[in-house]
Amino acid sequence: MSRISKTIAAAKQAGRKVLVPYLVAGDPDRDTTVALMHQLVSNGADIIELGVPFSDPSSDGPVIQLGAERALRQGVGMKTVLSIVSEFRKKDDKTPIVLMGYLNPLEVMGYDNFVSQASSAGVDGVLVVDLPVSEAKELLALTQPAQMDIIFLVAPTTTEKRLQGICEHSSGYLYYVSLKGVTGAAITDADSIAERVKALRERTELPVVVGFGIKDEASATSMAAISDGVIVGSALVQKIGELTDSGARDEAAVAQACELIGRLRKALDA
Amino acid sequence: MSVSESEHVATTATAQDPFSGPDLTGHFGRFGGIFVGETLMAAVEELDRVYRQLSGDPQFWRDFDYDMAHYVGRPSPLYHAERLSEHAGGAKIILKREDLNHTGAHKINNTIGQALLAKYMGKPRIIAETGAGQHGVASATVAARLGLECHVYMGAEDVKRQAANVYRMKLLGANVVSVTSGSRTLKDAMNEALRDWATNVDNTYYIIGTVAGPHPYPMLVRDFQAIIGREAREQSLAEYGKLPDALVACVGGGSNAIGLFHPFLRDKDVAIYGVEAGGDGVETGRHAAPLSAGKPGVLHGNRTYIMSDDNGQILETHSVSAGLDYPGVGPEHAWLKDAGRANYVSVTDTEALDAFRLLTRKEGIIPALESAHAIAYAIKLAATMSPDQTVLVNLSGRGDKDIHTVASIDGITV
Ligand SMILES: Cc1ncc(COP(=O)(O)O)c(C=O)c1O
Repeated sequence: MSRISKTIAAAKQAGRKVLVPYLVAGDPDRDTTVALMHQLVSNGADIIELGVPFSDPSSDGPVIQLGAERALRQGVGMKTVLSIVSEFRKKDDKTPIVLMGYLNPLEVMGYDNFVSQASSAGVDGVLVVDLPVSEAKELLALTQPAQMDIIFLVAPTTTEKRLQGICEHSSGYLYYVSLKGVTGAAITDADSIAERVKALRERTELPVVVGFGIKDEASATSMAAISDGVIVGSALVQKIGELTDSGARDEAAVAQACELIGRLRKALDA
Repeated sequence: MSVSESEHVATTATAQDPFSGPDLTGHFGRFGGIFVGETLMAAVEELDRVYRQLSGDPQFWRDFDYDMAHYVGRPSPLYHAERLSEHAGGAKIILKREDLNHTGAHKINNTIGQALLAKYMGKPRIIAETGAGQHGVASATVAARLGLECHVYMGAEDVKRQAANVYRMKLLGANVVSVTSGSRTLKDAMNEALRDWATNVDNTYYIIGTVAGPHPYPMLVRDFQAIIGREAREQSLAEYGKLPDALVACVGGGSNAIGLFHPFLRDKDVAIYGVEAGGDGVETGRHAAPLSAGKPGVLHGNRTYIMSDDNGQILETHSVSAGLDYPGVGPEHAWLKDAGRANYVSVTDTEALDAFRLLTRKEGIIPALESAHAIAYAIKLAATMSPDQTVLVNLSGRGDKDIHTVASIDGITV
């Protein structure tokens, strides 16, 4: 069982919803990202999605685009991203890490290099936004033996036929995209999401975690109520962006940026 | 690259006809495919289904041909550029006059075709990305004609250097969105259009302006643009009694080029040259020539040659011509390059500007700066050939939109 599956199974057993923050690796800089990750865990994060910055993030809204631009200005590439993971692993070998990003950095690095280096750095899963199942055969052939999970997205537009392939090839969890749009948009129709997620859970054993548009206690608890947990991206990246604006990188600033996750943890556990 | 080349080539290139691509999953050899976020997958698959159905329907092509004749003004003529040929001193240079089309470039061939698809699919809202503004104008034009809402994404840099086209789009009723993210050029406009599409996927048809994007776009845009090559082939036979010895076209995303090349791919004796934007010179790194100096990767929905750094970040491109300023290229070109069927070369900004002036003075034709790249290479190529040979150049657009750019290079404000 992968570290991701174990973590989610344990949470389920404890009657707890998983809380998955997303942050961009290297935003605002390498060392602060490591500090932020530890702080997120102590605030109650179960899994961390670490964004690999990409120059052309065509599925992301303005907040995460800016986060990626800040990281790219520091020259952050896959090497730095993996060094952040190794550094984090020195003090935490429990919290699963999922790398989330776009395909071209993997293409240029070579899938085999990527999988072996990411594995040895301590990465547990990978979510490639622009890699649908139909194009993922080569990557799956490498991640499966390395016991790395590939997480695929399920969208409101996903057809029944596609869903079959996605369920068949996913491991770890399914990432349900709450809305039609890009990251950072607002959820408008909670009822239809509930219906879709219910149908999804009836047809797969895989845990379902909901992301996009979760920004506060209300959206987190309503989405967690119908699923196994929630992903929080733009709302956190917005806070982390304020570190760059203020220039502060000390413990207090890091704690301030992660405060939202602590609040959401409380709300989910209440 | 972890994709084994032989594996995919086997699916596309049958021994009988290697040029029948893409395969059913949208691959040209190891290139092409569908690489988009899950939210767009259903829309892309639906478009593939609709296009396969409609493109098998003769009525669809009758409608297309009618619009080509009566609205676009096709067929566009072949023109023997005698004084230019004389200047080059070698083969006859023959121009395929796409500049004479309605709206002034080849882009309208594609937007007419895709507008028919949008209409059939019942989508009331059109979006498009544009670099030089020619595709934006062509999209706004078909949207006006069909009474559809139209939003055109354009990099903030391009909004500045193509002000006349921005105004044309506005006159046509389109909303022009100036894109300030990333490098503020065509690639960023395409990112923003993809974001819009994911958000408004139910009621929106995305008219991609070149043979890039996820399958089926590279296939369907090629099919619409192939009218250029079909006409040119017939016209050559009728007027010169033979096929041209060489074809030359500029390559941005590659639509005017593939449109000309495709009907000739099986004519082994016709040499094919795609001309990329060399900018300050390919050796300087400041260019837009992914086939000449890029490497395989994935951008905007397909696998192709792209310009990216060692971290896989897409590089900024440089070209005097906004329509060629793109770090990727259509996947069929990537395949033709590797298959050795087409040659890809580049010319610099300076060479293109010289050709722009030369064609204007020798023939009284002001070419688009994009097309001037093809002219520049054709002159060099013709010089190495004999007078009984012909070089057919796709004059993909007229240069009115570029007057300000050229004037400002000359230090003149118009
Ligand atoms: C006149 C003209 N030619 C060529 C191009 C390049 O596009 P493509 O390579 O798709 O033909 C453009 C793009 O804007 C254009 O306006």
